Amino acid sequence: MTPDEIREEILDILENIAPDEDLGDLDDGVAFVDQLELDSMDFLDIVMELRKRHRVQIPEEDYTELASMASTVAYLTPLMKDLQKA
Amino acid sequence: MIATNGTSQLPDDQRIVISGIGLTAPNGNDWAEFRSNLLAGRSGVSDYEIRYVGKTLAGICDFDMKRYQTRKDARRGTRAGSVGIYSANEAVKHSGLDWENIDRSRVGMYIGVTEHGNVETENEIFELKGFEYDTSYWSHHHNPRTVANNPAGEVALNMGITGPHYTIGAACAAGNAGLIQGAQMLRLHECDVALAGGVSESIHTFGIFASFKSQGALASHEDPAKASRPFDSQRNGIVVAEGGCLYVLERLADARRRGAEIYGELVGYAMNTDATDFVLPNADRQAQCVSLALKKAGLKPEQIGIVSTHATGTSLGDAQECAALRQVFGGCENTLFNNTKSLIGHAMGAAGALELSGNLAAFQDGVCHATINVDELDPECALDGLVVNEPRETGPPRYILNNSFGMLGINSVVIIERI
Repeated sequence: MTPDEIREEILDILENIAPDEDLGDLDDGVAFVDQLELDSMDFLDIVMELRKRHRVQIPEEDYTELASMASTVAYLTPLMKDLQKA
Repeated sequence: MIATNGTSQLPDDQRIVISGIGLTAPNGNDWAEFRSNLLAGRSGVSDYEIRYVGKTLAGICDFDMKRYQTRKDARRGTRAGSVGIYSANEAVKHSGLDWENIDRSRVGMYIGVTEHGNVETENEIFELKGFEYDTSYWSHHHNPRTVANNPAGEVALNMGITGPHYTIGAACAAGNAGLIQGAQMLRLHECDVALAGGVSESIHTFGIFASFKSQGALASHEDPAKASRPFDSQRNGIVVAEGGCLYVLERLADARRRGAEIYGELVGYAMNTDATDFVLPNADRQAQCVSLALKKAGLKPEQIGIVSTHATGTSLGDAQECAALRQVFGGCENTLFNNTKSLIGHAMGAAGALELSGNLAAFQDGVCHATINVDELDPECALDGLVVNEPRETGPPRYILNNSFGMLGINSVVIIERI
């Protein structure tokens, strides 16, 4: 998957996790928690969805890499580059 | 101080009244709509399909979940939580309480449930099967969704209530049990307002259908509206339903002080236990429970205007309850009997509370709603005063008695007086 495809995938996951939020104005460089109402259970949802959809395992010590869209895509790109977009 | 011989001699801060009703039923999403459909004989039972069991029947609610919940909170929580949140908000709105200024640390929540956690556990195991039972795919939401206090805790979160909250696990006697618990806590001054009653999400667990089917107690009929037929000779089991009904309960003194409209006073209640079988009811113990509630209320059987029966449509259970009622009410010429499950199915933990609310409106409109689907009355269920197929107008009764019984031999009865 390309970085753009990974970004689309994260957006799709966020739409499920935060269905009341408008994601159209998401600023990739700003932390999710500073622009969306997300808590620790929501971040675990992101981790779980990536695991279920793509078998991507994210160790707990790396959870901080999921702070913003930009950092998430940067972190996932090497892990998902060989995966095909479904 | 606990009433043991009627409440009229009690001080007003020991008398417990209903000052708000919020509900969702398979045939109505507020008290007025529910009542209207009960009087019209409009069934809320429809076709339903659930994994593994396949096509069956159920009482399904269509309340607007988004009225009081964000989509995110609904996704994170449980169906029972959403039913509770809808019912609680509706009850508070109906009560006219000044919710913005009320001390919410003095509000208690006492919500009856038949079971809780089965829905989420079944869903998670179903998901896990797709991952070869690798538990690293098990949801982190499982525990907060399945703890036994979940439905009440979700109400607390949604409404910012910081008083005590818990559920009362009482099988299908839970709706009455929630009401009784709320009244007791008010009498003890553990809270000033109680949100009490019951909720059910049971139609979302295949296990309850499969278990009733294995027991030979799951109703079937080509016409869904005819499937739930307590007292009829062709009855063949239970129609499982979801739903919720929560009451705002207050001490009479508080309700009067704020000029609240009062829908009835809880003047008597009783709970007891068969201690004879896991599933089969015990008519003698049910009769004792009804008699105990009457004794606590200081009433004679003939003073009861309407008895809201528990009967679920099973062959044995209906006959046993009728035997119990004949023991207590034999010769009572003016007492009427009806059954709400014939219209909505068996709403499990919500049943007792919902069925009471469906009848409470008789205090205002003077009509006893009918038991529908009695095409051929089973002689074993013949009760003088049984209202079948057509509502009966008799004028507002003074007292309504509500039966609610459950597995493991749990029995509950409440008596409400029109004031």
